[in-house]
Amino acid sequence: MPGSLINDLGNPVEPFLRSDRMPHIWCPGCGIGTTVNSFARALIESKIDLQSLALVSGIGCTGRVAGYVKLDSFHTTHGRAIPFATGLKLANPKLNVVVYSGDGDLSAIGGNHLIHAARRNIDLKVICVNNLIYAMTGGQTAPTTPDHSITSTNPYGVFEPSFNLPHLVEAAGAVYVARWTTFHVRQLSRSISEAFQKKGFSFIEVISPCPTLYQRRNKLGDGLDAMKYYKEKSKVRHGAPTNEVGLTMTGEIVVGKFVDRDRPDYQTMMRTQYTESLGERFVEQPEMVCDCS
Amino acid sequence: MKADPRGVLTGTHFMDGDHACCEGALAAGSRFAAGYPITPSTEIVERFASRVPTVGGTFIQMEDELAASITLQGAVWGGAKAFTVTSGPGFSLMMEHIGYAAMTETPCVFVDVQRGGPSTGLPTLPAQADMMQARWGSHGDYEIIALCPNSPQECFDLTIKAFNLAEEFRVPVMFMMDEVVGHMTEKVVIPAADQIEVVPRRHTRKPVDEYLPYATNGDLVPEMAHAGEGYNFHVTGLTHDEHGYPNMTPQIQDKLVRRLQNKIRDAADRIALFEEEQLEGADVVVVSYGITSRVAQRAIEAARERGLRVGKLRLITAWPFPEKKIRELAANVKAFVVPELNLGQMVREVERAAAGQAKTFAVSHAGGGVHNPEDILKVIVEASRCQAA
Amino acid sequence: MAKGRVSIVVERCKACGFCVEFCPTKVLALSSAFNSKGYHPPHVVHPEKCSGCDLCGMYCPDFAIYATKVLAGGGDR
Ligand SMILES: Cc1ncc(C[n+]2csc(CCOP(=O)(O)OP(=O)(O)O)c2C)c(N)n1
Ligand code: SF4
Ligand code: SF4
Ligand code: SF4
Ligand SMILES: [Mg+2]
Repeated sequence: MPGSLINDLGNPVEPFLRSDRMPHIWCPGCGIGTTVNSFARALIESKIDLQSLALVSGIGCTGRVAGYVKLDSFHTTHGRAIPFATGLKLANPKLNVVVYSGDGDLSAIGGNHLIHAARRNIDLKVICVNNLIYAMTGGQTAPTTPDHSITSTNPYGVFEPSFNLPHLVEAAGAVYVARWTTFHVRQLSRSISEAFQKKGFSFIEVISPCPTLYQRRNKLGDGLDAMKYYKEKSKVRHGAPTNEVGLTMTGEIVVGKFVDRDRPDYQTMMRTQYTESLGERFVEQPEMVCDCS
Repeated sequence: MKADPRGVLTGTHFMDGDHACCEGALAAGSRFAAGYPITPSTEIVERFASRVPTVGGTFIQMEDELAASITLQGAVWGGAKAFTVTSGPGFSLMMEHIGYAAMTETPCVFVDVQRGGPSTGLPTLPAQADMMQARWGSHGDYEIIALCPNSPQECFDLTIKAFNLAEEFRVPVMFMMDEVVGHMTEKVVIPAADQIEVVPRRHTRKPVDEYLPYATNGDLVPEMAHAGEGYNFHVTGLTHDEHGYPNMTPQIQDKLVRRLQNKIRDAADRIALFEEEQLEGADVVVVSYGITSRVAQRAIEAARERGLRVGKLRLITAWPFPEKKIRELAANVKAFVVPELNLGQMVREVERAAAGQAKTFAVSHAGGGVHNPEDILKVIVEASRCQAA
Repeated sequence: MAKGRVSIVVERCKACGFCVEFCPTKVLALSSAFNSKGYHPPHVVHPEKCSGCDLCGMYCPDFAIYATKVLAGGGDR
């Protein structure tokens, strides 16, 4: 390109990746990698101090995110990313703690922790990649799997009702709740940046393709078909009442920022309570990091 | 390193084992506990909840033991010394995370104040029936350390020891109390902070580009970093290489799992703590631990009054099992008598270590109370009459 | 003149087609060539139309493509 100077800084996501671990294990057309791009852009835009950032995942295809990001990262046990992250945050309140995990991990086996962390308003940023299925284990029904879907454990169609995650976490107390799809890469990135500005339990759901194990059985095409569906059927409704945003297999997907409110987070409430009750006797938690001589 | 005086309640106290355990944790420098209430352990976290805001730290009551047992590990990676406290049913729920701590080499302490089981069993009554669960409860091959106090004083002293061992070996340590020890009130002397030795974290001093999170040198225990220090390390419960990255090959599995095992087994002699009495020239050795060791004492003394040559070996370290000690004794004694509040758990280890050189007699008890010393005495008498193996 | 330039790490591509589909100005097409894993990576068919918006980069689940803005006579921004 004569007359122009190209200062190629490389792929903006690259500095956030453990490049020595690429290529990753995700299938062609899987949306998880796309969510990582939005996450990386949010880190750049929000100018967050990367050293203070820790990422915690549970188990699943999405859980593998922890292994691919060049951050202090914890791949925990199935369902327990949130309680692990809770301990990390409480021991070192200076950390920005992100929980990055799948729908099954966070809302089935980890469902109890999800609602209690939201209730306590632990200052965590939860990114839930919702591919509507248990992918890692081969396509079993998740609490998010839409009615009538075919899964390996509901081969005749799912008949149990599914969770509407934004509604669930709003009811439990989250201060920030948004939903996007992997088609909405910029909006997702902005939401993640916004969540970093909040103090308290933030929950961002990302609807994401799983061509291999969800779509194939349901004749919903490949990853690109899912992306086209998201583009066509998503409706941005900021502030939509979360009880109206439930998902179906092929219907409209309401996206947007649903909840953005403020209430004191767990550690603030704890400090207030101790100060009130103990007065002079209350001792602030010192920095615990490393008492090594 | 000496204890931080802020956590040390120096003085002579009259307190129960549960409270003493809590004071031990504070003296050891623990400033983080996550728990879920369960009898007969709850008093430990209740005291911690009341004490910790006055020394600077956090207690959080989690929604269940699955949560508590991993929340504490998050806290450890955030820089804290942390523990959780439970009893049978809760201990069962914690098993996956004992494995996670072993695999990720997260130093931490699990306190189990044992009650009768299985299931809800006897919430308010003692047992020692979680001893095998403490060793083998999580899936896969791994090693832990387990200590058994027999008095409130030891609940204090050995809780500090438990934290120290956890740090030294980067391993979860099981603190195996029982309902009686937890609830019995006795004199507890808490020394001055400068009399208490505390093992610091094996924190790395390596520069970021030289640090390999799971590389080890001679002693098989890697150095640790905490989140937020710039190391960008990865921790996973998957089989991992020295980088901490998943690497699921039989070769890496073999290397990792053997190291996790050997770092404890190779140090077994150093970890082994026991109390011994009149082992020299004994015909019969009574092997006991926890509350049962106090009941057995009566039987041992009664047997000696009858002229029997009875030695006593009290296990303070239950795991790794001090098999070398038993093997040595087995060559010189006729029999071991093993009373415990279960239907036969540690006795299997004694029998295994004795390897036919001496006979082994169990004195089982299903829990809910302690042995009648008479029952132990009867077996001692029987054992001392047996033919040497 | 093009305002952007696309870079493709051919070996990482799994040919999902996201970049091709969602490039606002249709700069890209999947090529008929294979990479070593047997996928058809995209190639640039209309370089002059590239705005450097990097949407292709944001969509790519395999971190295989990204774009840089090109400023006439100057450096990148
Ligand atoms: C205690 C436990 N139970 C079950 C499993 C098996 N398992 C691994 S991942 C998974 C489901 C993951 O689903 P989701 O969280 O939606 O993640 P995805 O793979 O879809 O990204 C299950 C059931 C496990 N690892 N641990
Ligand atoms: S199975 Fe589904 S979720 Fe897992 S990597 Fe493949 S496409 Fe993605
Ligand atoms: S940078 Fe934008 S215009 Fe250029 S190829 Fe990528 S998506 Fe198309
Ligand atoms: S989005 Fe990435 S993986 Fe998909 S076709 Fe384009 S370059 Fe290849
Ligand atoms: Mg899923």
